[in-house]
Amino acid sequence: MSALAGACSVTLDARVASAIVPLDVRAWRADLLARLASGARIVTLYGRPAPSAHAGAAAVMVTAVVQLTDGRLEVTRAVMDAARGYHAMTADVTALHCFERELHEQHGVRVAGHPWLKPIRFEAGGRAARDAYPFYAIEGKEVHEVAVGPIHAGVIEPGAFRFMCLGEIVHHLEIHLGYQHRGVEPLLLRRDARKLAPLVETIAGDSSIAHTWAYCAAIEALTAGDERAPVGPEIEAARGVMLELERIAMHLAGLSGLAADVGFLQGASSYGRLRTTAINTSMRLCGSRFGRGALRPGGSGVRLDAEAGAGFSRAELRQNLALLVNDLAIIDDCFLSARTVQHRLKGAGRLTTAQATELGLVGPAARASGLTHDQRAFGAGVYAEHPVTVVSEPSGDCWARARMRIVEIGRSLAWIAGVLDGDPVWTPRRASTAAPLELVADRLVVSVVEGWRGEAVHCLETDAAGALLHYKVQDPSLRNWLGLAIAVRENEISDFPICNKSFDLSYCGNDL
Amino acid sequence: MFKSLRVRASQGSQFIVDLRKAVPNGHRGLPTISTAPCPEGCHACVDACPTEAIAIEPVRLDLGKCVFCSECVHECPEGKFAFTSNPHLSARTREGLIVTEGPEGGPDPIATDAALKKLYGRSLRMRQVSAGGCNGCELELNAALNVNFDLARYGIEWVASPRHADALVLSGPLTRNMAEAVRLAWDAMPDPRFVIAAGACAISGGLYAQAEALDRGFLRDVGPVVYVAGCPPHPLGFVNAILQLLGIAPSAG
Ligand code: SF4
Ligand code: SF4
Repeated sequence: MSALAGACSVTLDARVASAIVPLDVRAWRADLLARLASGARIVTLYGRPAPSAHAGAAAVMVTAVVQLTDGRLEVTRAVMDAARGYHAMTADVTALHCFERELHEQHGVRVAGHPWLKPIRFEAGGRAARDAYPFYAIEGKEVHEVAVGPIHAGVIEPGAFRFMCLGEIVHHLEIHLGYQHRGVEPLLLRRDARKLAPLVETIAGDSSIAHTWAYCAAIEALTAGDERAPVGPEIEAARGVMLELERIAMHLAGLSGLAADVGFLQGASSYGRLRTTAINTSMRLCGSRFGRGALRPGGSGVRLDAEAGAGFSRAELRQNLALLVNDLAIIDDCFLSARTVQHRLKGAGRLTTAQATELGLVGPAARASGLTHDQRAFGAGVYAEHPVTVVSEPSGDCWARARMRIVEIGRSLAWIAGVLDGDPVWTPRRASTAAPLELVADRLVVSVVEGWRGEAVHCLETDAAGALLHYKVQDPSLRNWLGLAIAVRENEISDFPICNKSFDLSYCGNDL
Repeated sequence: MFKSLRVRASQGSQFIVDLRKAVPNGHRGLPTISTAPCPEGCHACVDACPTEAIAIEPVRLDLGKCVFCSECVHECPEGKFAFTSNPHLSARTREGLIVTEGPEGGPDPIATDAALKKLYGRSLRMRQVSAGGCNGCELELNAALNVNFDLARYGIEWVASPRHADALVLSGPLTRNMAEAVRLAWDAMPDPRFVIAAGACAISGGLYAQAEALDRGFLRDVGPVVYVAGCPPHPLGFVNAILQLLGIAPSAG
């Protein structure tokens, strides 16, 4: 089946929804497993309610999206009776564990034989549901449990961790999330599809650009008629620069936190104040330190002037970047050569390449374990014009995840400089949202953007009348939390903070 | 040692000397509403707003709901709305956050609370709890203590335990799944204590006001002493709200 999307920096796939023939459950299961066995990578798997053939039975349309090694996306679907469900695939492909858990939690699909069918986020809510959950437990006289959270010691989001330890050594960590669950997905279906940007920007407020770009690209692919004008290279370039600034800023925030957690205070303060420079650059470009308002479907809120004046000029932007390049060289050297940093980070929280592959990790956490997928490598548009070289580190420990972030900051700074070599001028322009948007009917759009934490995946489906039928959001954190749990095994419990910070996952992005 | 000195040299002094006067250049802060008359029957701004922050006849804007998306600016045919870089968006009351037409339409200034000043004017310990915050508010609240804003110079700091806290700073729309933990944190705090609501989510539910998965009961039971608006609030907004509430002189740095 041919994809309908044009060239764009986002990994995008748009198809006629009714032309994707749902397979019989068994055939679908076999089809998906065969695709994954032959080298494709799972991108997402999710359900939505489907019209039921039998009165009283809930039917669910389950969609799986895989990515081939050349970046192309493929879709395979099945309609199933929720109560009958199917036999879990997690035992064969561990990376599917979170999707099958979510499918069970959100749509009540019976996933028989799943080894760990714990709710992802306790959407139904309440203490009773949480307390009723049978935690993984290790028995033995010497084993003790340490429970932490949901409120942590710092100014961060909530989540609960339960460590099963033997002395100081962690045998297993059970991560218990859902405290941040606000109910993002139902809200996305309540407003005009073109007016969702402010909400999408807060799915994970530290990844506003990644999520909003995925959303904008999907809406642009669904826009019909006269409004279909593809966003030009100017808007694409501005979006790319905002995404890389977000990456730089959050990698700096992560490094600052890691430095603080190993007691290297000069690193904590220096990376922290350099993050201020990065987010203030975003603010000068679009009015918000988090890139809010920078991206809109078919438009842009980013302003860059040729000359110094009321706005923000190219010279000022270059100056900020030069400051970052210069000062980072000094603090990076200091950080990486500090004995305390090396001593604490090297060897801690190690995940092998095989483990990272098995768990289906994404983003820098995957690349720090030797994997090489990065959606930017597949992009047309501005990422084709200015290619990013995918970097990876083999060792998979906290040190590798820290180095990964240092290297990615450098590449992003160089990438922005490359875009600026073309002397761009960016003017904000937005389509009016007053008239309701007409969406192309009967489409399934999958849109994937490589944010600083990994791939943000948005799947939108329209019905035969052009109304938004379903909106599935996936933050990269969903897939990586189990990576953290496995990484801390056989580590000292006192190393948990650095392991956690080195993965730097989102709670609200997971909890939605 | 020499590497450390190089960092020191490149870093210099980063703190903002006068926090009250500092203006974040380019920040989308306090909105203003002009007195230009609205076209007959127009409600473009109301329709554009994602959080029902705007009411008309006369036009008013609730900072406690606003997420600074500037859709109203784009949709108003009369150009009544404009944003300034002023980061001071706080008030002691919910009504005090309503922006009205004209140059004097900003939020009510924060009056120093004599009792709070006496208790906390030289030392305030705050416990932050996020209950559905998107990490925007959390990052900005954290930034209030970084080397730039350096709130610690006034004896004001975050603490890890609610047992050590004087103030509970809430962010996020208060999810159902956090309702119990928020109450436990509050119950663990010794008297005297007070609540600060930071960000549109905490103040009004913000973009999540219509979500089912919330339980905002705690905020109805325990009213905040000060509301710090923004989505997220700029650190200068948060820092100044506290300095004003406690009557801390701006030049005391
Ligand atoms: S800027 Fe504020 S008032 Fe204006 S539309 Fe956005 S949320 Fe509503
Ligand atoms: S007020 Fe805005 S920035 Fe703060 S938590 Fe809510 S959505 Fe995020």
